[in-house]
Amino acid sequence: MNFSKGHELLDLCKEHNKKIYEIMIEREKIISGTTEEEIKAAMRESLEIMKASVNKGLTENIKSVSGLIGGAAKKLEDRREKVRQPVCGSIMSKAISRSMAVLEVNAAMGKIVAAPTAGSSGIIPGTLITLAEEFNIDDERLIEGLITASAVGMIISKNATVAGAEGGCQAETGSAAAMAAAVTVELMGGSPEASLHAAAMCIKNILGLVCDPIAGLVESPCENRNALGAANALISAEIALAGVTSLIPFDEVVDTMYKVGRSLPMELRETALGGLADTPTGRRLKEEIFGNKKESR
Amino acid sequence: MKDFSMFDIVGPNMIGPSSSHTAGACRIGKVAYKISGGDIKKVTFLLHGSFGKTYKGHGTDKAILGGILGFDPDDEKIKFSFDLAKKQGLDFEFIEEDLGDVHPNTAKVLIEKFDGSKIEILGSSIGGGSIVVTEINGLELEFTGEYVTLIIAHTDRPGVIAKVSAILAEYAINIAFMRVYRHNRGQNAFMIIETDDMISDEAVKSVINTENIANAYLVSIK
Ligand code: SF4
Repeated sequence: MNFSKGHELLDLCKEHNKKIYEIMIEREKIISGTTEEEIKAAMRESLEIMKASVNKGLTENIKSVSGLIGGAAKKLEDRREKVRQPVCGSIMSKAISRSMAVLEVNAAMGKIVAAPTAGSSGIIPGTLITLAEEFNIDDERLIEGLITASAVGMIISKNATVAGAEGGCQAETGSAAAMAAAVTVELMGGSPEASLHAAAMCIKNILGLVCDPIAGLVESPCENRNALGAANALISAEIALAGVTSLIPFDEVVDTMYKVGRSLPMELRETALGGLADTPTGRRLKEEIFGNKKESR
Repeated sequence: MKDFSMFDIVGPNMIGPSSSHTAGACRIGKVAYKISGGDIKKVTFLLHGSFGKTYKGHGTDKAILGGILGFDPDDEKIKFSFDLAKKQGLDFEFIEEDLGDVHPNTAKVLIEKFDGSKIEILGSSIGGGSIVVTEINGLELEFTGEYVTLIIAHTDRPGVIAKVSAILAEYAINIAFMRVYRHNRGQNAFMIIETDDMISDEAVKSVINTENIANAYLVSIK
């Protein structure tokens, strides 16, 4: 029971009349020689870390190692509580503040789950934990959701890349958003097909997004792009749940994302030599952070 | 290459901000710590390429020092490793240095122990938190720490390798990969043994007590 492509996964789901996470669990049992209980227990640990990182980012005074970011997630929480009706609605507002919270914790040397990378680590917890709060979803189903997310991420990793250095930010935050969108559809009762349509839409929406972190640090614009990823996941899931399909199938979108990523110039793939990193302000911030070199006790 | 596990995709669990600059750096430190056997008086980190240029912003310094203190990449104490090292009376220093034609994220770890002995380890963080160690005490070799790894320093003599594999067999340990490295015939050499099974302290001791074996270190990293 193994698969590399989205259409193979859907065939397996159909053939065995199973959900995406069930197929993924069967596969994991074979390749790692573990039991379903062990797999779920390990995923529960990941879920706990995700919850703790969201909580930390929303309640503590976070400052990143460089000092570039920190405290934004909390500001969003404060505003939502104050205005009661955020401009993008409560669910979206929560999802973006929660995903930003995790990214801030990451940038402040806190504990996170790379999902699929550290730079995109806010998107899946931000989306899932918001859904859990708003729709009363229990941990068991969230654990299944994380497993579904891993199936989508694995297909992308096998056929393209999830690394900003290889494929730009579309590969990193785009993949995380696609994973989150697939889970959102599943948790809301959509079919495996609809999950992959949502994942495809997510990647299509940000195709070509460059990776240009200021001073080469996973902080800015990364934090806002995690918010964007969570929003993208919800938008795409909503569209797919309405029965709208992606004109270009998921597998073709993944291949395209890889091709587009490879055609991005090296300056726009995590080297911090182009894009926002290469603006006058971006260069100045870099100078300020990495001014002097040697340090000892 | 091993097929992806779901935990390669949703995971690893780690201290941020970067799998290559933080988690990988911590692993390099941890391997150096394991090989040194602890009791470290002073450690100097020579940081090359992107490690050297960006270590402050990525917390590479805290992470690699955390590894020297024995922390895993998901240990929240990493953030406080400077203070924890000072409390232990451990001297540490970071120097940006060009280490030549190596991976951009490479560090050389120079360890000075209380008994006066010195150890040098060269390691690279090659992405996603994975590492590769390419030199111990100037001897070129290669291992990743992904498997349970037994590193044996021995004198290059006939029969030494057979004795080691006999001991491992006795403890029902299956060898996945094994490589031998040496400078010259009959001199100091290293065996790198990667196994499928955990190796007990007892088995390691029995290896150390074998003739022509100077030392053995068990390295297994999460
Ligand atoms: S800009 Fe680059 S470093 Fe930042 S989140 Fe996107 S891919 Fe990651």
